[in-house]
Amino acid sequence: MNTGVKHRSVYQTVTMILIAIIAVVIFLFPLYWIVTGSFKTPTAINNSVPEWWPSEWVMRNFNELFSKRSAPLWELHVPLSEWFTQDNSQIVFSTGPTVPAAIRWLINTVFMSVTAMIITCVTASLAGYALAKKRFAGRAILFSLIVAAMALPKQVILIPLLREMSNLHLSDTIWSVIFPIVGWPFGVFLMKQFSESIPGEILEAARIDGAGEVKTFTTIVFPMIKPGVGALAIFTFINCWNDYFMQLVMLRGTNVLTMPLGIAKMQGEFGQDYGLLMAGAALASVPIIIVFLAFQKYFTQGITMGAVKG
Amino acid sequence: MAKANQPPMSRALARRETISGYLFMLPSLIFFFVFVVYPMVMCVFTSLTDATMADGGGNFIGMTNYVNLFQDEIFRKALVNTVIIVVVSVPTVCAFSLWVGACIYKMRDWACSAYRVIFYLPVVTGSVAVTVVWKWIYHYYNGVLNYVGTGLGLWEKNINWLGDTKFALGCIILILFTTSVGQPIVLYVSALGNVDTTLIEAAEVDGATDMQVFWKVKWPQIMPTTLYILVITTINSFQCFALIQLLTSGGPKHATDTVMYYIYYSAFTLYKYGYANAMGVVLAICIAILSAVQFKLAKSE
Repeated sequence: MNTGVKHRSVYQTVTMILIAIIAVVIFLFPLYWIVTGSFKTPTAINNSVPEWWPSEWVMRNFNELFSKRSAPLWELHVPLSEWFTQDNSQIVFSTGPTVPAAIRWLINTVFMSVTAMIITCVTASLAGYALAKKRFAGRAILFSLIVAAMALPKQVILIPLLREMSNLHLSDTIWSVIFPIVGWPFGVFLMKQFSESIPGEILEAARIDGAGEVKTFTTIVFPMIKPGVGALAIFTFINCWNDYFMQLVMLRGTNVLTMPLGIAKMQGEFGQDYGLLMAGAALASVPIIIVFLAFQKYFTQGITMGAVKG
Repeated sequence: MAKANQPPMSRALARRETISGYLFMLPSLIFFFVFVVYPMVMCVFTSLTDATMADGGGNFIGMTNYVNLFQDEIFRKALVNTVIIVVVSVPTVCAFSLWVGACIYKMRDWACSAYRVIFYLPVVTGSVAVTVVWKWIYHYYNGVLNYVGTGLGLWEKNINWLGDTKFALGCIILILFTTSVGQPIVLYVSALGNVDTTLIEAAEVDGATDMQVFWKVKWPQIMPTTLYILVITTINSFQCFALIQLLTSGGPKHATDTVMYYIYYSAFTLYKYGYANAMGVVLAICIAILSAVQFKLAKSE
């Protein structure tokens, strides 16, 4: 307890213990169960008496996961080639060696999350700065539109989006997941919140010194909103990684699946092999948890700033 | 603010501001209009047609989809389930996160961060991984829950948690709960940390008890946070989908169908495209009304 508190009452002690128990049993245990389960033998997994700590650590589940399906490690295609071929297929000019599909899924997920993160950070910080600091005609209307869109359920637009993607020749590509995430206006809103704190005098001074718009942004604005960009980056990364519904609707072929989606599909096929599923769940969640723990400070900041309504 | 004191901008300057403003907005606006606004408009538009996945536009059929919707028993069942989920989970999530937030915000930094991280973990882990492990925990034969429950004598025989209409929805609400409280707790911890300490000290000097300080001083000040949490939790609960799709597929006997799952089912299994969009519009309207009501209620207090 903090220095201000002189003594602990019985009530406080009981609450502390209760919270600790809930945290461990409902929140930590499932994660523990995924990680230990992924190394257990099938006998241990299917036993009605659970093994609280694996009696024997085996790689069987991961081997099984890697042997089920395979995919090329990468496929590079001519950009926009699907617009010009007869059957809308892409012209592939480089195909990687065949590897277990789970590895490809992991690469897809990382590529998807990193790309969405970069594009979102760039577009949102530019737009957020303009909304906060530029006085232009139509600004108020644009801002209300952005706030209104944020309050609507994102998943409802997925069905029309799917058709739009096929019209744009983007269906069944990673881009069909990336673009809507970039378009989602939360990032602009968050960056507007951060940009509000830039003092107008500094911008004025830069203008008087003859700095152009671009230079003002890169040398003055961007360094000042850096913590916000960090928060938005980690936020977008995690949301993109875990946006299961969007991935489910948009992605079909084995080569474009993401890790969460791959596990979900495997669950459909090998539903009773919990060892295999735990191995998949571990692969899908452990990397993102590590990223989260590393950038946890930024993340907390992003959540709080996004909530402070203007 | 300072804006009132600024001299009015010259016309040339105003034009420059507008042009540069839109240029800065442009990359973001392209994505926003093409991939968010346009599909939203299309969603409303398609809901008035009998479009299917295969054909392009479908025929204009007016409000027929909406009329059919409210005569559709499965939809009504799904709506009821969704409302149950919202009514149970929103207050629970808010109360629990307020309780935890109030208990941990005065702790030492590391302890407070540790708790925030733990309660946020299920969100980061992702709905697929979380759902898969809970499915195993709930399993009839080799699930931990039945082992512990029968071992402690809480219930006599193994229970088929997800296959029983009595329990399935409750099981889903529990998982939804674990994936929903992370963000509210972070918000409450920071809101409580920002409460004006002079007010609290003044109240304590005047002999207020801890409970009085909390409800009379802190609670009004964290009201905006509570409102925000109510709105986001409502939206999230309405959109409950992944858990349903991966755990029960709406079964047994539609006991766990939700509107979001039924939208997905209608669009991608029944290929009723216009119909699914009509449901989406209804869902969006429900959420908009509820958010507006919550705002009104919180404002009037």
